[in-house]
Parts: sequence; C-alpha cells; structure tokens
Amino acid sequence: MSIKHSLLALLHEGPMYGAQLRGEFEARTGGTWPLNVGQVYTTLSRLERDGLVAGAGAPDDEGRIAYELTDAGRAELDAWWSVPVGREQTPRNELAIKLALAVTLPGVDVQQIVQTQRTATMTHLRDLTRLKRTADGEDLAWELVLESLVFADEAEIRWLDHVEARIARLDPSQAKASRTAHVASAGSAGVREAVTRR
Amino acid sequence: MSTTTHPALLLDGVERTHGTGPTAVHALRGVSLAVEPGELVAVMGPSGSGKSTLLNVAGALDAPTGGRVLIDGQELSALGRKQLDRLRRRTMGFVFQDLNLIPSLTALENVSLPLELDGVALRTARAAARAALDKVRIPELADRFPEQLSGGQQQRAAIARALVGDRSLVLADEPTGALDSTTGEAVLRTLRQQCDDGAAGLLVTHESRHAAWADRVIFLRDGVVVDSTGDAATPESLLDRVV
Repeated sequence: MSIKHSLLALLHEGPMYGAQLRGEFEARTGGTWPLNVGQVYTTLSRLERDGLVAGAGAPDDEGRIAYELTDAGRAELDAWWSVPVGREQTPRNELAIKLALAVTLPGVDVQQIVQTQRTATMTHLRDLTRLKRTADGEDLAWELVLESLVFADEAEIRWLDHVEARIARLDPSQAKASRTAHVASAGSAGVREAVTRR
Repeated sequence: MSTTTHPALLLDGVERTHGTGPTAVHALRGVSLAVEPGELVAVMGPSGSGKSTLLNVAGALDAPTGGRVLIDGQELSALGRKQLDRLRRRTMGFVFQDLNLIPSLTALENVSLPLELDGVALRTARAAARAALDKVRIPELADRFPEQLSGGQQQRAAIARALVGDRSLVLADEPTGALDSTTGEAVLRTLRQQCDDGAAGLLVTHESRHAAWADRVIFLRDGVVVDSTGDAATPESLLDRVV
C-alpha cells in the first residue's frame, strides 16, 4: 500500500497536519487499513526530504505543523493517478503457498484444508455483507473499499472450489509426478519464476 | 407469520436414498438443520452434493427415506396428503431460477393466484397480493404483465408470490441465476428483508456473494453437512423445545 501517495492525494485538498491526515485516510477507507500516526510522520519527513511536501507556515497553538504539496509533489501525484498499480511485486499469498505444499506432501488432508479455509472466508464474506447492508449509499469511498474486499473473498472461494474440483479429478500419483516434472525442467519454469518469485 | 417458538423448519437426521442395493444413490445422509423464524440459511456445495434434494425434502416435494422433517412444529410424515398439500400452500413459498410467472396474468394476479386457488375470497386475496408487492417494493407494477417487467422485477414478484398471505417459510433455489449481479443483489436484499421481517428462508446457491446474505451458510458434500458458518443452535437442543 502506498502511504506516500495516499498522503500526497489527501494534501491535494489543502494543508493538513499528521493526525488530520491519518483521520482522513481512515475515514475514506473505512478504517480497513489502520495507520499509526508514527507512520504518517515518518512518511511526511521523507516526503519533505524529497521535496514533495513542505511545511505550511508556523506551528499552531498545539505545536502541530501542517504540510502542503510542492509543485514536485503535485507532479508526483499526477503521475500516480496516471499509471496502473504495479503487479511486478506479487505479494506472497500464504494460502496459495500452503495448498501448493499440501498437494505435494503425503498425508496432508487437502480437502479439509480447503473446507476449513472456505468456511472462514465465507464467514468473513458474510460479515462484510452485513456491513454492506448497513451502508446507505452516501459514503461511496467506504463502500467501494468494502466491495473490493467482497470481490477478493468471492475470488478466493471460487479458487478454493476450483482447487477442490482439480483434486477430485486427480490421479493419486499425479501430484508427486507433477512436482518432479517441474524440478526436472527448471528451464521451462522461467515464466512461473518471473511471476511468483520476485 | 409464526408466533410459536419452534423452528420454522427442522431437519433431523434426514436421509434420502434413490434405489436400493449396490446401485443405491444416497443423496442425503443424516442431514440435520434448523431454520428459525427471521433467519436466512444458505446451502452451498458442488453439483451432486444434495442441495436440491435437501430443498425438495424441506419443501415436502420429496419424502425422506429416513429421519424427520418438521415444518412449524408439524412432522410431515404424520400428515395425510390433503394436510400436506394445505401446509405446502399455506406455510411455504418457493422461488426458483425459472420464474414460473404465468404470462397471461398481471403481477398482481400472479401473486394473488396461490390464495385464490386455496379458496380465499378474491377481494381478500388481491388485498394480500397488493400488500406482498408492497413489501417487495414494486407496488406500482401490479398491473403489468411479466413480459413488461425486467428480470429483477419478475423475481421480486416471484418472491411476493412465495410470501403472500401468512406463509412463513421461503425456499429458494438459485433465485438469482438468470440475473446480472446488481439485479441479483437487489433480489437478495428483498429476500433478506422478508426474513428480517420474520419469515424463515432456505436458499440454495452456488454464488458465495449471494450466500453471504444469509445468517448462516452450510456446506454440503456427498449428502453430508461438512461444515457451517456461525454458531447456530444444534437441532438436538431445538428438538427439546419442539417435542
């Protein structure tokens, strides 16, 4: 998550100090990704060092310094809006790793792992949907964040269904054989490595 | 709606076997499930897991080969055919993927029809139908024919028909199957609202985002409940209140 660019985006509305930035960020994302104020001030210091923000006047009565965008900061923000979010840094997916290991190791009840995860994800999806039921359509930013989480849960459950179906079709000897094949043809695994191991 | 304290629907160790001997197919194997008034329960599972059989048994469209099914506290196996038909007409409503609205009848007439067939006076039936259309928020469409309604509006009319009168149990089989996601969500919202207002609902779906509207989701595999979300009371503890 880019805290740096999120802060630049918020400062586009006008000067703010750290606690205000933190409050605005959490309000607009429904508190889904909490920030601590220390993260905010550390990021502001880096942005100031890089010339993307600058202090906006003297500290207020409580000693808080508001920051504002510089021209370079505005340019950086414009660039952020115009480029897609990168996929080159594929985050580690613990569930995918867990199942990849489970299907290649003897004695692991993969079906049970799949069902346990499905129930947990379904419970989370139900809870998100309950939250959604309370939404009144007036907080678009929060609802979009919520829906992004709903889609992510839905995708995970669909993938788990797919895993279960693949396992149901699998010849018992195949899992091990496929692992052997990947090891034996390391050259052909180049694309896979490029996608998953950065 | 029911004012009693027992579950709207209770399945206790339900079995459904098709055929006999080595070729027998065990569609349901000891399924226990309770749905309380005001509760929506979703059933998920792969094809062939027994979802539709479960719905048919719960709706008295199919008889179990073992175990008990109780609707509103009444054990189905103790009822004669006429009593069963009456229970099905007066207590339960069905919503299917294929809407089954009668094309030559208006929305109001479609919703009113089950009551009229049950001998309710026309004026009373039509008033109940208007109230049901009001509940699903399409009162202004009462005089339109199905072909003049969108898919979502038709499905809302089907839910109104399922709940018209005092019927307190809705059984829905993939009710959003033919609809786009936004319309499907609106239909789920309607079904959810009916349950919030006191109806009990059993929803079979393969869409997790639709099942997520339920209070509880049960997972069926090979005729067995393999897992469930939430902390629903066990059928055993509920049975104590019924019998």
